[in-house]
Amino acid sequence: MVQATDSTPAAKAAASVRRRMLGEFWFYFSENRGAVIGLWVFVALVVIAIFAPLIAPHSPIHQYRDALLVPPVWQEGGRWEFLLGTDPVGRDVLSRLIYGSRFSLFIGIVVVTVALTFGIVLGLIAGYFRGGIDIAIMRVMDIILAFPSLLLALVLVAILGPGLMNAMIAIALVYQPHFVRLTRASVMSEMNRDYVVSAKVAGAKPFYLMTRTLLPNCVAPLIVQATLSFSNAILDAAALGFLGLGAQPPTPEWGTMLAEAREFILRAWWVVTFPGLAILITVLAINLMGDGLRDALDPKLKRS
Amino acid sequence: MLKFLLSRLAVLIPTFLGVSIIAFSFIRLLPGDPVMLMSGERVMAPERHAEIMHELGYDRPLPVQYLDYLGGVLTGDFGKSVVTKRPVVDDFFKLFPATLELSLCAIIIAVVLGIPAGVLAAVKRGSFFDQTVTGAALVGYSMPIFWWGLLLIIVFSGVLQWTPVSGRISLLYFFKPVTGFMLIDSLLSGQKGAFASAVNHLILPAIVLATIPLAVIARQTRSAMLEVLGEDYVRTARAKGLSPLRVVGLHALRNALIPVITTVGLQVGVLMAGAILTETIFSWPGIGKWMVDSVSRRDYPVIQSGLLIIAGIIMMVNLIVDVLYGLVNPRISHD
Repeated sequence: MVQATDSTPAAKAAASVRRRMLGEFWFYFSENRGAVIGLWVFVALVVIAIFAPLIAPHSPIHQYRDALLVPPVWQEGGRWEFLLGTDPVGRDVLSRLIYGSRFSLFIGIVVVTVALTFGIVLGLIAGYFRGGIDIAIMRVMDIILAFPSLLLALVLVAILGPGLMNAMIAIALVYQPHFVRLTRASVMSEMNRDYVVSAKVAGAKPFYLMTRTLLPNCVAPLIVQATLSFSNAILDAAALGFLGLGAQPPTPEWGTMLAEAREFILRAWWVVTFPGLAILITVLAINLMGDGLRDALDPKLKRS
Repeated sequence: MLKFLLSRLAVLIPTFLGVSIIAFSFIRLLPGDPVMLMSGERVMAPERHAEIMHELGYDRPLPVQYLDYLGGVLTGDFGKSVVTKRPVVDDFFKLFPATLELSLCAIIIAVVLGIPAGVLAAVKRGSFFDQTVTGAALVGYSMPIFWWGLLLIIVFSGVLQWTPVSGRISLLYFFKPVTGFMLIDSLLSGQKGAFASAVNHLILPAIVLATIPLAVIARQTRSAMLEVLGEDYVRTARAKGLSPLRVVGLHALRNALIPVITTVGLQVGVLMAGAILTETIFSWPGIGKWMVDSVSRRDYPVIQSGLLIIAGIIMMVNLIVDVLYGLVNPRISHD
């Protein structure tokens, strides 16, 4: 059955259009060298996160009592079993970093999915129906945006209780207004276009109009914003972890690792340097990718 | 203009009320009994409990409590800290100058370095300088600033021993605060070395706090400048034979700066979020550290009112930026 529908001329044409769009997208994306590097780093991180148990030389929480604060291997006193050294309780820094990639990517995915889903739903409703419901939704979003995001997340976590899950909920809540605004703005600009009007005249129901007709044409700015939020979520979650309100020890989350290492900064540079470097590389890779996506997806910025 | 101000206020006032409702309901959403949390006592006779409930006004209906709180806020009474027992406003105004001084220094660093860097990068598009600025801005924008602060401490306080690790001024110096700005007060005190000490304490936190605004401003200036440089009037100015300096400085920069002003204004929120982390790392006695400490001490009246005051300040600054925006850009009419 599936094959039969695939071979109809219309489906074939649609598939070829899609292929051409993808090809065009890749053409613009790959023109940006930084974006391609960012993509590769990100793919490497995903692989590391998935295969962490196979790659990591040690358990991330096992404490080697005979190896407290061992420096990295290239420094005097370093040991080959601990390439990037050990932390104050004798855990292997490299293994903790490898496992930590799982948390950061997980945080990014959860926050973006939650914020994007609620943002799209609210934005579609506000932009489609307008009137009182629009004003109500946008006022609430304005109120959320009036707070600095990290401060609001901080207080929310204080109320919900410290922990990774609550940190993610708080960050998602704080990011969602951006998606609402974007969706609403693009819905409003598309509403009066001919294809929407004709779909309406043809008898499309509001739900169909919103999800099938309008939404696909609002996707480009949302993807760019989603990439930005992905990297910001990693930064904010690490910041909350650093303040002791995110993931709790002994979780090998990078921000939490930094918090645990803080008092040793003048004695053991490696316990502080490597987790932060991991955050920076991850966030930088995603932001590079985001720049490339914006160039490739935003027709206004496309070089003519 | 007046009409514009009124229309902005018409949006701002309900938003501020919403913010106050959120700040107010936060304490009530907390699990557990407020009296127990605030008194710190574990066992309490029911009569005593009821008495404190009554004293704090918690036995009244919620809307009444809210209106009471709002009434207090409008007359400058933001409640009392559970820990210090002092009015929240007093603590706020004692600590605010420290954050203001740090933020002003940070935004000055960001503007003074960011705008010229962005302009030059745009003028010399594709050059080595442009690539360096673009790359550095991207790194700065992606920087976990709490880690960046720790790195600077390792290098400048640990290895080089140039700067102190924490605080606003060396304990050797003591003088009464006049303005609350350590840089000015230390000069006014006339004590030898006090000003140098204050600068030394300020420099690392200011650099850390400036990092993200600097990156954002440089990026924004560059792209605004690139856009303007492609406009017809710039080409005309060039064709007239004006010197490149005049074209860039007089014709292009003035217009490119318009969106940059908005960006600078939007950095206030970024600075507040950054102050939370920067002040924690450097033990800087300001609003950010105050909020973090209050969260860990569960000092709810401070969290509630601190949140409200900070959001109020940010809303005010955004309003001022909007008005300024209209003044520098006559193309936007406020009618």
